[in-house]
Amino acid sequence: MGIQIGIFTVGDVTTDPTTGKTPSEHERIKATVAIAKKAEEVGLDVFATGEHHNPPFIASNPTATLAYIGAQTEKVILSTATTLITTTDPVLIAEDYAKIQHLTDGRVDLMMGRGNTGPVYPWFGKDIRQGINLAIENYALLRRLWTESNVDWEGRFRTPLQGYTSTPRPLDGVAPFVWHGSIRSPEIAEQAAYYGDGFFHNHIFWPKSHTEQMVGLYRERFAHYGHGTAEQAIVGLGGQFFMRRNSQDAVREFRPYFDNAPVYGHGPSLEDFTEHTPLTVGSPQQVLERTLSFREYAGHYQRQLFLVDHAGLPLKTVLEQLDLLGEILPEMRKGFAEGRPETVPDAPTHTSLVAAAGGAKDLTVHAEDTMTGTTDRAEEAEEARA
Amino acid sequence: MTGTTRIVVVSAGLSVPSSTKLLADKLGEAVERAVGARGQEVDVQHVELRPLAHALADHLLTGFATGELAQAIEAVRHADGLVVVTPVFSASYSGLFKTFFDVLESGMLDGKPVVIAATAGTARHSLVLDHALRPLFAYLRAVVVPTGVFAASEDFGATDDGSLDKRVERAAGELAALLGGASAPAAAPQRRTVADEFAAPTPFEQLLREAGGSSVR
Repeated sequence: MGIQIGIFTVGDVTTDPTTGKTPSEHERIKATVAIAKKAEEVGLDVFATGEHHNPPFIASNPTATLAYIGAQTEKVILSTATTLITTTDPVLIAEDYAKIQHLTDGRVDLMMGRGNTGPVYPWFGKDIRQGINLAIENYALLRRLWTESNVDWEGRFRTPLQGYTSTPRPLDGVAPFVWHGSIRSPEIAEQAAYYGDGFFHNHIFWPKSHTEQMVGLYRERFAHYGHGTAEQAIVGLGGQFFMRRNSQDAVREFRPYFDNAPVYGHGPSLEDFTEHTPLTVGSPQQVLERTLSFREYAGHYQRQLFLVDHAGLPLKTVLEQLDLLGEILPEMRKGFAEGRPETVPDAPTHTSLVAAAGGAKDLTVHAEDTMTGTTDRAEEAEEARA
Repeated sequence: MTGTTRIVVVSAGLSVPSSTKLLADKLGEAVERAVGARGQEVDVQHVELRPLAHALADHLLTGFATGELAQAIEAVRHADGLVVVTPVFSASYSGLFKTFFDVLESGMLDGKPVVIAATAGTARHSLVLDHALRPLFAYLRAVVVPTGVFAASEDFGATDDGSLDKRVERAAGELAALLGGASAPAAAPQRRTVADEFAAPTPFEQLLREAGGSSVR
């Protein structure tokens, strides 16, 4: 597959500045499902949702959203952008995403993030100043829960575990692939590199020099920890565009959304921001060329996710953006394949991870009858013989 | 200290010409003379905040610096000593002045010697130096020299013993003493910045140990 191309949403409920209309939570939740289904329809590889626990977002409980979308799609990989590894109990993450793995036949992976909304930490009994330490300890536990049964564990941030087995066990004995996302913390690039996991740089709000530095550090440390060469590290990038067939139309239509956007609105001009960040507002050809230029500073990479449904853009417009993205998708894939050395790995999937692990293993933990010393598995075998 | 001593003079005057810039120039020249008198090569760079006002507002909203603001921040990062000069607005430093120090990464001024200075229409504002600027730079863990330089409009005419020039010379001399020579104090401990982390990443085993320990990172 080479590179995976998809979309990610933060689930913001934002007033459309051109009409003054604000969608209800219900409308926004249903729109998210429609957008995910459209992503699959136009041939995208990934749909990812963020996680927020405060208004104006509808992105709490991403597992329900992903499972629901999983039931209505066939191929698209479901992911998170991001899962709050700081404030979410790693025991729940282990259970929830292994469950979705089974339900969707392995069409799920995760992106870990810390979250930067101060009050969310105390709401979940945590301290934002411990963000990095929480991300490190919680993820170390999560990995053990997926790879080991009968986990004994004691740490700083969570109640201890004795003889705990997270269920269901990961599908085919292989944990979901994990990306670590961070905009500006080198420690998270270091964490991703240490484990040989993917590193995702959101990329969309910051100058390319910064992305280059973060991705460069991750690649260098990936090689340092012996997972392969620097060019074999697993890199993902964010992106942001608004396109119309005529570039002037795109600029005219998008400007009010840009000027009032929750994150960067009322700040730099659209022209300044498109110059300094990956935001591209223009024709499909311009979006295609800009996207393919990301490799110049990030190297050949494995996952490209676009933000298309924020800042109050109506559903109809978002679906039109996806149609246009679908139209340039074959050219984009072709462009990404050009000059890509064979030694650069494809984006990891459940299938590739199972193959790398030497085939599928059923890790189901069967109950043991402590009175008679038999297990239900032994009983089944006996019944089969009888 | 080896090599050229780098001084950055940050001034937040708004009018042209401004008395704040006038004071900044006086201080810059005095520091150049005082450091030079100790036999050190010195480079004085001026950063005026007025032309950076838009970029500073954008930085507050986007989280990153562009163009000349990015260069100004890098100049401050690499400076050996600072001179900072603000007009007094509503009984304190100006918002523009504060914004510049708000967008600097934590730790950037750790242990950096600083001369604080302010201007106003009347001497009644002179305590702004000790009630507003000194606490701000203490929070930023800079080393503020004992003499703060305040200039009311009338000070630009006075020539008596307590004249502005004398205070300028004294503050410049105090800064030069902190910056150079064999008797200079050992460098103060500095917080790790993102740039430090890029230059020499903390190995993951250490991060893992710290996560389980008692540290805050």
